[in-house]
Amino acid sequence: MIIRIASHEFKAYFKSPMAWTILAVLQLILGYLFLTQIETFTLMQDKLANIEGAPDLTDIIVIPLFSNAGIILLLVTPLLTMRLICEERRNKTLSLLLSAPISDTQIILGKYLGTLSLLGIIILLISLMPLSLMTVVEFDKGKLLANVLGLSLLCSAFTAVGIFMSTVVGHPTVAAIGTMGILLILWLLNINSTLSDNPNEFLSYFSLLKHFQSIQTGLLDSSDIIYFVLFICSFLILTVNSLSQQRFQK
Amino acid sequence: MSNLIEVKHVSRYFGNYCAVNDLSFNLTKGQVLGFLGVNGSGKTTTMQMLTGNLALSQGQITINGFDIQQQPRLAKRSLGYLPDTPPLYQDLNVSEFLTYCAQLHAIPKHDIPRAIDLVLQRCELKQVSKRLIANLSKGFQQRIGIAQAIIHNPAVIILDEPTVGLDPIQIREIRHLIKELGADHSIILSTHILNEVQEVCSDVLIIRKGNVLIKESLENLTQSVTKKSLLVKTNKTVEQRILLSIPGINSLDLLPNNNLKIDYDPNQDCSQKIAETIILNGWELVEMTPIKTSLEDLFIAYSENSVQ
Repeated sequence: MIIRIASHEFKAYFKSPMAWTILAVLQLILGYLFLTQIETFTLMQDKLANIEGAPDLTDIIVIPLFSNAGIILLLVTPLLTMRLICEERRNKTLSLLLSAPISDTQIILGKYLGTLSLLGIIILLISLMPLSLMTVVEFDKGKLLANVLGLSLLCSAFTAVGIFMSTVVGHPTVAAIGTMGILLILWLLNINSTLSDNPNEFLSYFSLLKHFQSIQTGLLDSSDIIYFVLFICSFLILTVNSLSQQRFQK
Repeated sequence: MSNLIEVKHVSRYFGNYCAVNDLSFNLTKGQVLGFLGVNGSGKTTTMQMLTGNLALSQGQITINGFDIQQQPRLAKRSLGYLPDTPPLYQDLNVSEFLTYCAQLHAIPKHDIPRAIDLVLQRCELKQVSKRLIANLSKGFQQRIGIAQAIIHNPAVIILDEPTVGLDPIQIREIRHLIKELGADHSIILSTHILNEVQEVCSDVLIIRKGNVLIKESLENLTQSVTKKSLLVKTNKTVEQRILLSIPGINSLDLLPNNNLKIDYDPNQDCSQKIAETIILNGWELVEMTPIKTSLEDLFIAYSENSVQ
């Protein structure tokens, strides 16, 4: 049942120009950034060859590409998630799901996975860029894989916040702005660690960026993975609860 | 007969406002229950509670033996629901939409084409099955709404004002469809069009302020509605006692200006007798008018009575 809802949700993205536009714009921006990164590398190549332990191709092309993708997806995911529950409620189609013999958890997980599949395609297209270089040069596949994993976890976290906001608020635009706000705050929580001399460790621990960057280096720390898993689960549980609670509306 | 729906002492509050107050009724197999009430009387709230869209504040609803709050998934299996706005995805075509509904109701994959074919035929949607829902007229959209409610062949169909906003021909078609469905399903139909009730329902439930006013079979109700009354005007005051002794007279109301309202047994036409008695006693008969009551009068009378 979850898969049916997910596939319906996934197809719904492609019924409107939404998915196509986002895919096209993302490819254009990230393609451009990817090319500039390659140019930087070719310019620096000679100098780097003489330095011991210098950053390699992966460090100069893959990591910046995925960092940029992370920031851009932070802005794009709220647009994908804003309509999930909110629009159904506004169009009065939610009662179709609520009066069918399915649980609230199935509804939320279905919609969540539907959006994740679209983001999966986006991540796949992003990964294809560095992979296309594989035909001519060799690079650190493990690091690339770590980056793909990191970006996937990051997007899953974004989507979890997005679907939560879409369930809580009444208007898609408000959901999008709210999601963007929460994500930006969580993203920037560790900003004082780069500015002040004695950073607040506790706050910066909750930063999405910190954990994402940690995975990006290729050093898989289980605490980073657990952070993301807990983050996603908490928001999904909150979402299911909030949907169930709405039956008790005052 | 087994009860398909049992509603026991159900109440629903929105803040301090009580939308449904201690409502109880049953629906048995084969009944088509007309759910009547003025706007804001709690019809939609009740239907939303029946279908698990709203939680109850108090009480219990069981559907086919399953509690809607405790075992919602089992209970909802026997339910088909058309809300007041049909829940349609505008950017799907009719077949795609019905396929999704069939999947949501867990119809096995190989049965889906047959189920869709059947509802397309029943709701006369065959010719538009490949068209986008957004481009269809309101009548078609309403029929798609009914189609999604019956696609899984549920024991109980709940329809919230299915004929609102349709033209007279469409209304007739939808009523015809409901009548047909009533042959093999139990239906709860909310409406404020009384003709509709008289045409398609077997039972009537009138609610006001979330309370049951009347629950009767249509037959009994029509009988009580067609009880005969006369409005009589005389020049002189009559003696009630003498008139009441005429066989067949049930009750007598004295109105101002020597007007009388007399209710009498419909099986015994005693207007002749009344006229004779008045003339013989010298009360000077001025006029005599039969009063006809329709379901509408009854509905209005009941609704107003409880306002006072």
